[in-house]
Amino acid sequence: MKLTGAQALIKSLEMQGTEVVFGIPGGAILPVYDPLIESSIRHVLVRHEQGAGHMAEGYANVTGRPGVAMVTSGPAATNIVTPLCNAYMDSTPLVVITGQVPYQAIGSDAFQEADTVGITMPVTKHNWLVTDAADLPRIIREAFHVATTGRPGPVLVDVPKNVSNQVMDWYWPDSLDLPGYKPTTKGHAKQVKEAVKLMAGAERPVIYAGGGILKARAAEALRALAELIGAPVVTTLMARGAFPDRHEQALGMPGMHGNYTAITAMQRADLLIALGARFDDRVTGKVDGFAPEARVIHVDVDPAELGKVRRPDVPIVGDCRLVIEEMVKATRADRAKRDWPDLSPWWQQVRGWQERFPLRYEQHDDGPLKAQYCVEALRDNTPDDTIVVAGVGQHQMFASQYWHFDHPYTFVNSGGLGTMGFAVPAAVGAKVGRPESMVWAIDGDGCFQMTAQELVTASAERIPVKVAILNNAYLGMVRQWQELFYEERYSEVYLSPDLPDYVKWSEAMGCVAFRVEDPSDVVPTIEKANEVDDRPVVVDFRVDYREKVYPMVPAGATNDDVIVGPEVGEGGR
Amino acid sequence: MGGELGSTHHILSVLVENRFGVLSRVAGLFSRRGYNIYSLAVSPTEDERFSRMTIVVDTESAPIEQITKQLNKLVPVVKILELAEADAVEREMLLATVKASAELRSHVTELVSIFEAKILDVGHEAMTIMASGTPGKLDAFSELLAPFGIVELQRTGRIALPKLARRPKARRLRAVSGGS
Repeated sequence: MKLTGAQALIKSLEMQGTEVVFGIPGGAILPVYDPLIESSIRHVLVRHEQGAGHMAEGYANVTGRPGVAMVTSGPAATNIVTPLCNAYMDSTPLVVITGQVPYQAIGSDAFQEADTVGITMPVTKHNWLVTDAADLPRIIREAFHVATTGRPGPVLVDVPKNVSNQVMDWYWPDSLDLPGYKPTTKGHAKQVKEAVKLMAGAERPVIYAGGGILKARAAEALRALAELIGAPVVTTLMARGAFPDRHEQALGMPGMHGNYTAITAMQRADLLIALGARFDDRVTGKVDGFAPEARVIHVDVDPAELGKVRRPDVPIVGDCRLVIEEMVKATRADRAKRDWPDLSPWWQQVRGWQERFPLRYEQHDDGPLKAQYCVEALRDNTPDDTIVVAGVGQHQMFASQYWHFDHPYTFVNSGGLGTMGFAVPAAVGAKVGRPESMVWAIDGDGCFQMTAQELVTASAERIPVKVAILNNAYLGMVRQWQELFYEERYSEVYLSPDLPDYVKWSEAMGCVAFRVEDPSDVVPTIEKANEVDDRPVVVDFRVDYREKVYPMVPAGATNDDVIVGPEVGEGGR
Repeated sequence: MGGELGSTHHILSVLVENRFGVLSRVAGLFSRRGYNIYSLAVSPTEDERFSRMTIVVDTESAPIEQITKQLNKLVPVVKILELAEADAVEREMLLATVKASAELRSHVTELVSIFEAKILDVGHEAMTIMASGTPGKLDAFSELLAPFGIVELQRTGRIALPKLARRPKARRLRAVSGGS
């Protein structure tokens, strides 16, 4: 069968089971958009290429399937660099197709030419420039394989226009040509045994669960291990939902804005069982002072993470689910033979911290409205399996702190890169991936302004996402740092609560929109928003700009120096 | 290009897929992670699908283990061997243009014959010499040439292969694999 490169590309995407492509056409990708008309693949027409990338990320995060985005060359390709980098940092499987100028024109500074492969090399797991249409099916198959196996990540396939037009004989490859790519999935049995030996002797163990749990679909295995050994579990920002927040062993989020108990349990632990986590600086604080008494078991599918930040006593390379299942088996066998230490003194300590240092804020009936209260009201007035998508900043931390994530794949946010503007497009992608679930973006006013135009996409495509803007009229997290560490010298952080008018703007984009200023209007408005199921909804919550995110470990400090909350009488209370 | 490797220098012999852009991927990895390349030589191998890079890295910036693990993550990197100096045969080539007026020419040619080097080009006031050998030998050679006046000098960087086993299992090579 003779196909053009463009037809072969679309057919290859179909062969890989692609159900949706997020994208926007342009010159160099034109040939590929033609066969899309006949394809079974749904296309979501975005308003900006960054939106396409973040939508694909949102889709991938809630479905576990790779997100696919397709854009043209030059500026379109550079616009999608941010999502690629974001996906690379958060290990999200993404396949991005870019158009390229004809092969003969590469290097000539042709119209809309950019060195896409060169530009995206540092932010992709791998990328390809296709030089012959006959290579397309193999490359697409390799691209999906690389994106989804081992430590998942984004890949990019750059397709010159002449390659899309070139005629080839269709085939589907039955093997891959990747001699240098062999991810280790099965953990070393001897290392698993060593891990169990350490666990068997621990009196103050903590399970440090990272995003790798979700990537490996290991939430059940994690729960089995946790319940078997009875240790407290902290879930990092990337792992929220990997272990139920309302489980009695759950301590919630550790790190710079984690809760006191999660932070302190790690500091005092004699054993950290790190599963799919990477000892990120936002979790460890000053590395030298992090969990000083703890021995470390570190399980990760990426060997380079083992020993990168903290040297583990027992490193295990492998897929989190497979390794944890082996750990569970080996633990059962070991516990049948001997008694493990009683953890109740440890739990007593942990419960003491929980009692003394809960998360706290005060909402007075007559206002001002608090962001934390809005998050709690959303949490308590939406279905249990609601998907929450956050941007980056104070609102993101409030969402992570105050929501109860009891199911995996219900929290999507930009962790490693900290990409403002992530929430709206990622929520659209999440809703496309899981249309039966309610999707609420919890966004900041600064973030919202960066990518709000994708609500036009959502309206046009009838993708009924919901957006809560926690509008404090500031770049709130930056303001918080200026208040605390720059002597309240506020530099370029004020945004205004009503410029733009978020309600009018949202309505102009085809959304239903509400504004809430009074605490008593919060719940009724959420209920009204929940009723809307045929178009996007935006709620502009006017919240107190003085409120800060606590607890907080100041940058450069150790986790022992966590600030639990503001002094009495400090602003915002 | 010092002959003696510093204590923070390691030789990596890296087998990579012979595709365009691979050198750029490797060089890019070193620069973006802040690793130092001391010398780098790339050449085709006996199998046209692969090239071999001999990289001398300075581990002052990062531990060798982290460098090899990150290198291994590059999809076109097939295999990495870390070669200890004692376990490798290594060679390097040097080209030098040296001032050599008529009265000094014989002194230079004397050095050339001692070091089993070759004269590639002769001018009125200078000659261009090629030498190959261990990096240490080339260090010595260039030091002895220096008093004559070196106009230009270029070295290839070392290439290396593991020493062959004299007895079974005598090789003390450490394969640096992805799954440690």
